[in-house]
Amino acid sequence: MKEYWKDLEAKNGNPVQLPDESAREDNSIFSMFDDLKEEGFASRRDFLKLCGFSFTVAALASCQTKIRKAVPYAVAPLEITPGEANYYASSFMDGSDYCSVVVKSREGRPIKIEGNPASGISMGGTTARVQASVLDLYDTSRFQDPLKNGSTAGWSDVDAEIKSKLAEISESGGTIVLLTPTIYSPSTEAVIAGFQGTYPGLEWVQYDAHSQSGMLEANLISFGVKALPDYRFDKADLLVSFGADFLGNWISPVEYTKQFSSRRNPDKEMNELIQIESNLSLTGSNADRRIQIKPSEEGAVLLNIYKDVAKEVEGISVAAPASPVDISGVSKQLLKAKGKSLLISASNNKDIQLLVNEINQLLGNIGETILFDNYLRTHVGLDSEMSGLVERMKAGEVDALLVYDVNPVYHWVDPIGFAEGMKRVGMTVYLGTAPDETSELAGYICPVNHYLESWNDAEPKKNIFSLMQPVIEPIFNTRQFQDTLLNWSLAGAGLLSGDEEDVVAGFYGFLNAYWTEKLMPLQAVHMNPEPFFDHSLREGIFEPEIAAGLGGDDTSGSASVVDSGFDPASGFDPLKLDLGTGSGSGALEFALYESIAMGSGRQANNPWLHELPDPVSRICWDNYGLISPKQAGELGVSSGDIVEAGSMKMPVYVQPGQAYGTLGLALGYGREICGPVGKNIGVNAQPILRKVNDNVLYSGWKSDISKTGETHLFAQTQSHHSMEGRALVREAGLKAYKEDPAAGNEMHTHFEEHKGSLYDEREFPHHHWGMAIDLSSCTGCANCVIACQAENNIPVVGKEEVSRVHEMHWLRIDRYFSGDEEDPEVVFQPVMCQHCDNAPCENVCPVAATNSSSEGLNQMVYNRCIGTRYCNNNCPYKVRRFNWFNYTEAGAMSGNLRDKAEMTTDLRRMVLNPDVTVRSQGVIEKCSFCIQRIQSAKLSAKAENRGIKDEELQTACSQSCPANSIVFGDMNDPKSEISKLMESGRRYNLLEEVYTKPSVHYLTKIRNKNT
Amino acid sequence: MMIQSALRNPLIKGKKTYQSITTDILDPMRSKPGSLWYIGIFISASALLLGAFMIFWTVWNGIGTWGLNRTVGWGWGITNFVWWIGIGHAGTFISAILLLFRQRWRTSINRSAEAMTIFAVLCAALFPIIHMGRPWLGFYIFPYPNTRGMWVNFNSPLLWDVFAISTYFTISLVFWYVGLIPDIGSIRDKIKDGWKKTVYKVLSLGWKGSARHWHRHEVLSLMLAALAAPLVLSVHSIVSMDFATSIVPGWHTTIFPPYFVSGAIFSGFAMVLTLMIVTRKALNLQDYITVGHVESMNKIIIATGSIVGLAYITEMFMAWYSGVEYEHYALMNRATGPYWWAYWIMMSCNLITPQLLWIKKLRTNILFTFCLSIFINIGMWFERFVIVVTSLHRDYLTSSWTMYKPTIVEVGLFIGTLGFFFTAFFIFIRVFPVIAISEIKSVMKSSGEKVSGGKVPGGKAQSEISQSGNSQSDKTQSDKSSEKE
Repeated sequence: MKEYWKDLEAKNGNPVQLPDESAREDNSIFSMFDDLKEEGFASRRDFLKLCGFSFTVAALASCQTKIRKAVPYAVAPLEITPGEANYYASSFMDGSDYCSVVVKSREGRPIKIEGNPASGISMGGTTARVQASVLDLYDTSRFQDPLKNGSTAGWSDVDAEIKSKLAEISESGGTIVLLTPTIYSPSTEAVIAGFQGTYPGLEWVQYDAHSQSGMLEANLISFGVKALPDYRFDKADLLVSFGADFLGNWISPVEYTKQFSSRRNPDKEMNELIQIESNLSLTGSNADRRIQIKPSEEGAVLLNIYKDVAKEVEGISVAAPASPVDISGVSKQLLKAKGKSLLISASNNKDIQLLVNEINQLLGNIGETILFDNYLRTHVGLDSEMSGLVERMKAGEVDALLVYDVNPVYHWVDPIGFAEGMKRVGMTVYLGTAPDETSELAGYICPVNHYLESWNDAEPKKNIFSLMQPVIEPIFNTRQFQDTLLNWSLAGAGLLSGDEEDVVAGFYGFLNAYWTEKLMPLQAVHMNPEPFFDHSLREGIFEPEIAAGLGGDDTSGSASVVDSGFDPASGFDPLKLDLGTGSGSGALEFALYESIAMGSGRQANNPWLHELPDPVSRICWDNYGLISPKQAGELGVSSGDIVEAGSMKMPVYVQPGQAYGTLGLALGYGREICGPVGKNIGVNAQPILRKVNDNVLYSGWKSDISKTGETHLFAQTQSHHSMEGRALVREAGLKAYKEDPAAGNEMHTHFEEHKGSLYDEREFPHHHWGMAIDLSSCTGCANCVIACQAENNIPVVGKEEVSRVHEMHWLRIDRYFSGDEEDPEVVFQPVMCQHCDNAPCENVCPVAATNSSSEGLNQMVYNRCIGTRYCNNNCPYKVRRFNWFNYTEAGAMSGNLRDKAEMTTDLRRMVLNPDVTVRSQGVIEKCSFCIQRIQSAKLSAKAENRGIKDEELQTACSQSCPANSIVFGDMNDPKSEISKLMESGRRYNLLEEVYTKPSVHYLTKIRNKNT
Repeated sequence: MMIQSALRNPLIKGKKTYQSITTDILDPMRSKPGSLWYIGIFISASALLLGAFMIFWTVWNGIGTWGLNRTVGWGWGITNFVWWIGIGHAGTFISAILLLFRQRWRTSINRSAEAMTIFAVLCAALFPIIHMGRPWLGFYIFPYPNTRGMWVNFNSPLLWDVFAISTYFTISLVFWYVGLIPDIGSIRDKIKDGWKKTVYKVLSLGWKGSARHWHRHEVLSLMLAALAAPLVLSVHSIVSMDFATSIVPGWHTTIFPPYFVSGAIFSGFAMVLTLMIVTRKALNLQDYITVGHVESMNKIIIATGSIVGLAYITEMFMAWYSGVEYEHYALMNRATGPYWWAYWIMMSCNLITPQLLWIKKLRTNILFTFCLSIFINIGMWFERFVIVVTSLHRDYLTSSWTMYKPTIVEVGLFIGTLGFFFTAFFIFIRVFPVIAISEIKSVMKSSGEKVSGGKVPGGKAQSEISQSGNSQSDKTQSDKSSEKE
């Protein structure tokens, strides 16, 4: 056969050369199998293997999740251990609101505010607004840079311009006014003194958003002290309050709640509270007896009490008009509790307060329940000073106005007058954190730090000090007020002992020097400044045990009590006092109040507070005109109707317990210049305010109302107000309780006798976590709701969602009315997941996403939840919350976010607690008993090889409760407080007849009544 | 020889032959659809599209687009689910239980009833899926081995639902398909070449009508019937346990399983009546679906309806007798609370009006029956609404009481399922015979008439008479004859 050859090698019989090994390795993807094969070629199986591998890799690569870069510390900060929280004592100061706090910080971010238990004032309690203040730090609307006429400017330019202008005005004898809230920080006072020294003629006006001017003036007359007294609610057996919502908003609510609730234990001496008011306030809801009056009737009622008291004590008879309401027995009770009673009034009418002072004087309460040794320094603003300032501004007599941290264009009784006046001032400088109605009119904006970014000190009560320390670097290009003033002052002006170099150190150095010089001598423990300051800083407070005043900087004169100004012998005629407050004409009297959530409206851009339901009306994201049911029937209006009152339109809400003939309305809403969250929420009640005798009056102005035909939708979280005869909140009178500790709780006895199960009872060999809530001391203040929200990353859903009953709060406070709808009795009941041992939610979940731990916790596994919501249906307490929409952007999908309150912006997200999962759309969530805290306590106990101590375990709600109503602990530990409460005859479980065996226990509500 | 009972009326009317039956039933399929059909499918397909959009809207935005809330976690979704499952009961009941009880009148209606079952169960199955907060993780509900070590909770009635419904659907589908095979064979033989023929060819699984085929077909049918019969009872029992095993007042009731099953058959038959009364008219099948059929179904309706009524009254009694205040309130709230109208619609449609069927004149009146069947459909929907919503919206803690109102999305979804149901039915009547041809031939009157007439026309008929006692060979014969034609 003929031979064909391909090339010469083949022809010559040489073997055909394969490509060399190394070349093959380069070219062949099969080379990875070389080790397996002699020839180095992959077999079909290997090929398939490779295909499979490639497919898997390709598939895995294509479903890779988004990469989020974590940046490690280049230089690790000394104090920070990633994953562990740091706590710093500080002070919450917002206008006149004060609270000693401990700030929880994670990796340099403050995320939670706790009460400081070391404080003698707030005693570890907080209010909802204190809890929510951490969110204000991360407010997206804050000023980020200094502004000049609305455009960004550098600090150096702004400083230079302002300084030169101030100097110019000062030299030419012009008027410079510094307008601030009450400054009760002694070192800031010293800074201001130095500032005044730099610019002679600089006037300093202090002004309170909610004025206590009438009481200050009255106290000056009665006691010679222009200050509010140190009330001791804990020493009073009988409290008679005229409209003072001291458990809610009045002056120092945390302190008063602590004191009040300490006397609500029926086993000890229980106090009695008589509330005489127009609106059904939080305090009125907790009263043992509540008397409804119109604001204009307050004087007449007080006169009647005065008449009885004066007759009994001094034997003189005073003429008084007949009391418009039945107050029988009040005077008698007051006289019986002489020296152990307390009569207070929220009125800003000086004459009313004079009368109150006189009655207290006659009752011997001064020096007992009303003390002046440690008088309050948080309110000093006199309305007359402010009025004078506005008049001078309008007249063009003010050349420069520096406004720090107040918003008179919103808060002042004559906002238009103030705004006009501002326009006539040559230079206006605003020093505040966020835009408001006043900053809008200011030429220069010098943004100040949030309190969590600032150094400061406070002396809320005479000789009771506390410190504020920054827990984060200023987030924006802001500078705290004191530093700004120091910058604008001459070096060393007004400084102590000529420590000029402290100017360089800024306000921190100043503060340090001030404490060393002025405060260190008040104690004897620390001899050196550094340990003294460090110790005080660590404690957050400095409460030296001295009675004497400080001397030099005491501007309000002697603290000693002088005799009451009205001595009947010297011709005191109570009838000459101007006690009538009614004015104008109309069927209804306005009764303005501050809501629990919003207060004066300073935190208006805080979504947590807006979404906090009012404890009494259970409405959030709104304010509204409150009228009594009888009035509503007469006027033919119902809840949600928009009415016109005077020149204002507002929705009405028919509130049981509202005094007939009054129209309640919350202040602090209707902000027009504010961040996006709080803008135009509700109506602005400020324009209704009037002045009488130079004092702002919050109540008594008359108006007619007429229906407009429009309606308004409320976001209300509870629409049914009766218990329908069910034993949900069990209560008894004190007398019945004394006879039988199980009074009102008979069902529990019956239940204990008849309970039983077909199944074996579960056992909890190690811990068995439980909670007890004392309904007697709980005031319903809603602090726990915000504490829980901050701790557990609970989303904010917005008004529309709440109105669709989609609210997310894990902890709610149910409020029930009983009795007459015109004058109901009120009970509050905090309800969270009851952590049932026989939990109905658990057995119905098809995917076992909710189950019981061996420690009695009902756990929710968010990852596993597919959202059938059967658990929620089957929960008799309805405490489970479903993520109806993508509220948090934590879910699988993006592009469907529903964040009405900017809570998912990067800045706001800094407030999230990294220990708690942010839940995604479509899953159920609920109270976990703060399992992250339990776990952390267990871990630290384990690390120290010991058991968990009862006191180290606190849930967010129990820790911050100003009434100490919530106790959390291990029911298996016989020495724990919860175990002791379990033995109480007052203990019961909610819906115990369903035999869910909850771990949350309630103690019956005992009212101080003769029933 | 078969003895013709003088007491029984013939099950189908008219002088039918095997051929005429086949043509009667297949004609509507082979002719061009009329304008009514086009209008019908246009409306139902539009509704289906609306539903599809609402599904997208729900999944994309979340369940928050529904009117559900903190207190009322289930609403229209679950109402529709139970309603559709209930409707899905008639088909298998007719096919399986009536087959086992040898109710031969069922042959006229079983085919479309079974189709209806399948469509209804599909509609029902939609709701638990999109009702989930995270439907994309719905597979967690299946007990499959996984590396996470997670397992499902066998205590949960929702899990039982998954098994009950999927089993029921599978058996119903198989049963329907098995019954269709001989008819598909007939269609295949009638149809001209083309892609349709290929499809029918595949679907007929090579049916030749041989005796062996018939034998196996019969055995399989009987076995499936025996399997399906208990499922008819179990599926709605288990659906009822979604409620009965809870502690919600108004749900926590031991009578729920029988109450739900009878309610389901009640509503299923009502839906069959609604559809068949229209279909017989539209497709000219009055001879096959006679007044006698309607009356028989009405009898079942009155039996099951009375059981349902008894259950309503038992609930009232138990609410009073148990002394449980929550149960008592739940019932009072149903009857006199804010949703009183729903309760009284339910009562009047389900308990009161069906009692009129005791009157023979009414139960043989086609128009009256049609109206009544619509009433029952509405009443049974409201029964589920009353159970789901009025129990939930006011349960234990009065503080959480609230109201529930569906949104446009929920209404759209319900309309969408109706759209799917009717679209599927419209397509069904175009592609498959609405009456089981092979089965109906077994109840054909012709042979009996011929016997009683004493005339023996011819050899072919003779042979049929001789075999008429044996339905199996009868069918073989009929099939053969149809093949010849």
